[in-house]
Amino acid sequence: MAEMLLFNALRAAIDEEMERDPTVFVLGEDVGHYGGSYKVTKDLYLKYGDVRILDTPIAENSFTGMAVGAAMTGLRPIIEGMNMGFLLLAFNQISNNAGMLRYTSGGNFKVPMVIRGPGGVGRQLGAEHSQRLEAYFQAVPGLKIVACSTPKNAKGLLKAAIRDNNPVLFFEHVLLYNLKEEIPPGDYVQALDRAELVRPGQEVTILTYSRMRYHCLHAVKALEEKGYDPEIIDLISLRPFDMETIGASVRKTHRVLIVEECMRTGGIGAELSAAITERFFDELDAPVVRLSSQDVPTPYNGALEKLTVVQPEQIIEAVEKLVHGQV
Amino acid sequence: MAPSRSLPHFDKATLPLTSDEALMLYEDMVLGRSFEDKCAEMYYRGKMFGFVHLYNGQEAVSTGAIKTLRPDDYVCSTYRDHVHALSKGVPARQVMAELFGKATGCSKGRGGSMHLFSAEYGLLGGFAFVAEGIPVATGAAFQTHYRRNALNDTSADQVTLCFFGDGASNNGQFFECLNMAALWKLPIIFVIENNEWAIGMAHYRATSVPEIYKKAAAFGMVGVEVDGMDVMAVRAATLEAVQRARCGEGPTVIEALTYRFRGHSLADPDELRSRSDKEFWMSRDPIKTFATYVLEQGIVTQADLSAIDQKVAELVDEAVHFAEASPEPAPQDLHHYIYAD
Ligand SMILES: Cc1ncc(C[n+]2csc(CCOP(=O)(O)OP(=O)(O)O)c2C)c(N)n1
Ligand SMILES: [Mg+2]
Repeated sequence: MAEMLLFNALRAAIDEEMERDPTVFVLGEDVGHYGGSYKVTKDLYLKYGDVRILDTPIAENSFTGMAVGAAMTGLRPIIEGMNMGFLLLAFNQISNNAGMLRYTSGGNFKVPMVIRGPGGVGRQLGAEHSQRLEAYFQAVPGLKIVACSTPKNAKGLLKAAIRDNNPVLFFEHVLLYNLKEEIPPGDYVQALDRAELVRPGQEVTILTYSRMRYHCLHAVKALEEKGYDPEIIDLISLRPFDMETIGASVRKTHRVLIVEECMRTGGIGAELSAAITERFFDELDAPVVRLSSQDVPTPYNGALEKLTVVQPEQIIEAVEKLVHGQV
Repeated sequence: MAPSRSLPHFDKATLPLTSDEALMLYEDMVLGRSFEDKCAEMYYRGKMFGFVHLYNGQEAVSTGAIKTLRPDDYVCSTYRDHVHALSKGVPARQVMAELFGKATGCSKGRGGSMHLFSAEYGLLGGFAFVAEGIPVATGAAFQTHYRRNALNDTSADQVTLCFFGDGASNNGQFFECLNMAALWKLPIIFVIENNEWAIGMAHYRATSVPEIYKKAAAFGMVGVEVDGMDVMAVRAATLEAVQRARCGEGPTVIEALTYRFRGHSLADPDELRSRSDKEFWMSRDPIKTFATYVLEQGIVTQADLSAIDQKVAELVDEAVHFAEASPEPAPQDLHHYIYAD
């Protein structure tokens, strides 16, 4: 076992997959000579050359469409969004062509591609660079959406995403790139559609993903000291949800708290809450509770930014209320 | 009225044709025309639905360009895609069945008129949003470039033909892709079918420089204009561009000046285009002028052409019978093809 930083785990995943399969390549802004905005592809161009580590002009919609065309004709592109927010400019290609083309073509073509990069609210980067846009893509048919959260799952999930025959949106979080963890040596993949049980517990199911996993762990520490026993599940897959793992937990705890960085309106949590209520209504002893970030453009001011996203104290309070039947 | 732009003259003597070639070009154009006329008939009889954009008048572009390709080359089209599909070899029955929404259609009834696809025949689509096919075509060309340069596959010399209209040429994806195609010398040919109109928007009202081919120069790329009503002119220009692309010398822009003989789609009342314009262009019907030329030159006989007319009429009728007799997609298969295994 070797300790690895998350961004290096991602780099190792790309490197190993490129070595394993010559049709895998990376494209995006500054992925080559510059090494990627978070150094995920640092120096890979030295090993693989400028065609397989392709520095593109700043033309998101077009290079995303180009990746679709390359995928349709036999390659496996990995797009790095310099910031996932920039992919708003590629929304058409992601939705119409990456997501829907397999279906509209009646199965003539498949589109194996990964779109990965940093997302989430960072350190006072302002609204445009602090988007919570995973939910915007959630309704697109044909897409898979994954959010990694640890060096170990980052590597295993990215490798699985690269091998998948469908377009996968792969969210990383700007504040998690420097997490360090022991990871298994060599080749391993982690299933894209399985949630991760982070902490088993009996009283309440906390469903979370990406950076909020750490706010939940932080809150649970305090809750443990007070004698509570919550279960934490990291969703990993935001589309489709792993309803099997979620259902098993709901049947055990009968209470659900969703903690997300996504916005409340039309968020991942909104869809998840509906899915749980529809399927497991009889199992629930209380309404599903959602803690989401505020419906505002992420403000620059540090204090306002903190108010925008969920904080551990809110999680503690929500768990206590749920357990005591106060919701 | 549009400031008139003189049509480039092509010296037909520079492109000698064998009688087989002449008949092949004639047959493909007649197939395109007859197929589209049949579509109009079927649409009005309630056999096909949605937006149906016909290609009448522009046949010389599809035939002139696509009939220079090999089977393993790629074609990328727009929503006006029936005839491009036919020229690339997708069987007429598969296209007709798709328009009827049948399970035997080239897109299994999931795509419809604006989403024709065929992996087997190298047809990348069928793109219903204006200009969105341009990046996809550029990606297919990049794939060839990649196999040749990163995987050292010397058999990777396929060419991609990317078709779109004058309206699409004002979209950013056009300029972004010209830049990347020229930058990386991709084996792609951008064929712009300038039919002077984007639905009701006259080309000269939408663009600062109406000569689209001139925009290639800004990217250090070869750009040529051709008479899009002359199948031989289109063929000659494409042969040159294909040669350039195949041997790694990069992309070409071909602007074909043409005109559509029907409204934008079968739902369009076509009230804006002037009668005199229509008459001018109709008098240059690409099928009639080509037939006249090859007959005058003694390359083919009237009997040859009549035999083709007959053969094509039968083929198109057969396509309709096939489409009509084909099954609808099964309701339980609604979710098929969302994800690949
Ligand atoms: C992104 C997008 N915007 C608008 C439309 C509606 N639309 C369909 S065809 C068309 C005109 C396109 O004209 P042109 O590119 O010249 O092609 P032509 O129809 O003449 O073949 C428009 C505006 C569309 N399909 N997609
Ligand atoms: Mg037009």
